[in-house]
Amino acid sequence: MIEVSNIYKAFAEQSILEGVSLTIESGQSAVIIGRSGEGKSVLLKHLVGLLTPDSGHVRIDGQDLTGLGERALIEVRRKFGMVFQQAALFDSLSVEENVNFVLRREGRHTSAQMARLVTEALEMVELRGVEKKRPAELSGGMRKRVGLARAIIYRPEIVLYDEPTTGLDPVVSDSIDKLILRINERLGVTTVVVTHDMRSARRIGQKVFFLNGGRIYADGSADDIFESNDPLVHRFVRGISDEKDLAL
Amino acid sequence: MALTRELKDKLKACLFDLGRLTLMAGEAIGALFRGRAGWGEFINQLYVIGVKSQSVVLITGAFTGMVLCAQTFFQFHKVKLDSATLAVVSVSMCGELGPVLTALMVAGRVGASMAAELGTMKVTEQIDAMRTLRTHPIDYLVAPRVAATLVALPLLTAESIGVGIASGFAVGVGLLNLDAAYSWLFVIQYTDPLDVYIGLTKAAVFGGIIAFIGCYRGLECGQGAEGVGRATTDTVVIASITVLITNFFLTLIASRFLFG
Repeated sequence: MIEVSNIYKAFAEQSILEGVSLTIESGQSAVIIGRSGEGKSVLLKHLVGLLTPDSGHVRIDGQDLTGLGERALIEVRRKFGMVFQQAALFDSLSVEENVNFVLRREGRHTSAQMARLVTEALEMVELRGVEKKRPAELSGGMRKRVGLARAIIYRPEIVLYDEPTTGLDPVVSDSIDKLILRINERLGVTTVVVTHDMRSARRIGQKVFFLNGGRIYADGSADDIFESNDPLVHRFVRGISDEKDLAL
Repeated sequence: MALTRELKDKLKACLFDLGRLTLMAGEAIGALFRGRAGWGEFINQLYVIGVKSQSVVLITGAFTGMVLCAQTFFQFHKVKLDSATLAVVSVSMCGELGPVLTALMVAGRVGASMAAELGTMKVTEQIDAMRTLRTHPIDYLVAPRVAATLVALPLLTAESIGVGIASGFAVGVGLLNLDAAYSWLFVIQYTDPLDVYIGLTKAAVFGGIIAFIGCYRGLECGQGAEGVGRATTDTVVIASITVLITNFFLTLIASRFLFG
């Protein structure tokens, strides 16, 4: 279970998170939505300990991540897989080396076992025959899939997705959504997706959190959020701007 | 008033950087001693730093030896000390010019490349991805680069010294009509093995300086292409200045404690 309680985060003078609290149950598929610059990715990075809150706590299965050093966090991160916005593949390594990166570092598997696990992970994200390619030779959608294969090869309990469909065409976005759902079901993982793609949010989110003004402004099931009468939530999920937005 | 505040801020930033760099260096040295470093990456970096710097180090060493021989000869010839020319070349190359010029060339080539590579990895979130994949960037990226530079720079320096003396010898004997036997005798007579040890020790120290500064600037670089560009430039400038300043103090220490 992921528990975030009252976290604050500021960069220099700019306050990003101002008392965010949320709970995501194990096996649940949660989506965090909000306008650009509201701190969705910052919040996601707090969940895996890539950022430390100025105050407040992040607990994973009861273990408090705040105050843990980088070496201690490395152990906690065994539970996590993360897919980054631009996939963040290591561009000096081949697809195969990217996907089996953790396995090679652990040194517990033979080459044959690693090759089998890489093939399985790539098949799960519907990629074949790309093992020897470099990330630069792949399309945006393929890179995201490789990033996903890399994140699930060691069977994490929680998979985090940072804007998984940003920059992709609608068809590829749809296929990524299906993959996220499939991995959630097949591996029984807890899924947390940060997105401002409302179609993805509605499809993936068993629970949806709307981040606004540095706080969770609204949360509930996808239906609760998408049918909300709150003007701010309504405008956001429908993509309606107002006069103030035009002034910006 | 504003100038004082600006100076204070700069000093504070400088001390902050120094503190962070020291912590990073401590982590990297700890990773090396605890066997956490990626040894595959060490071999790769040894190739990148050692083998790929060959041409630049050889050309620098050769032409430094040649011009030093010519200049020394023109001055010494006036006081009939021609045969001491190559001894001066040899001592200068071993103790000062070999290690310093090699370090400056490596700072420009390797230090800049480390800052650019790690900086790009940072801005494209590859460093964060590495951390989520349970790999400490210090273990995988910094420690192997530091170890490879510590090994490669003394070897490159030895090569540069050898080539510099040989090139000076070729110019002196071939073009300036120095006596080969006397010149060689004086080279051996006046070049203390301690000069060579000091030169190679300096090279190892400079290697550490270049690798630590390059990696630190890369890992701490700002956002976007501008951040990477600034990290790269800063690395070359800071590493070069640090090498020159450190060289002065190392020479002082060596002359005080080793040569009495």
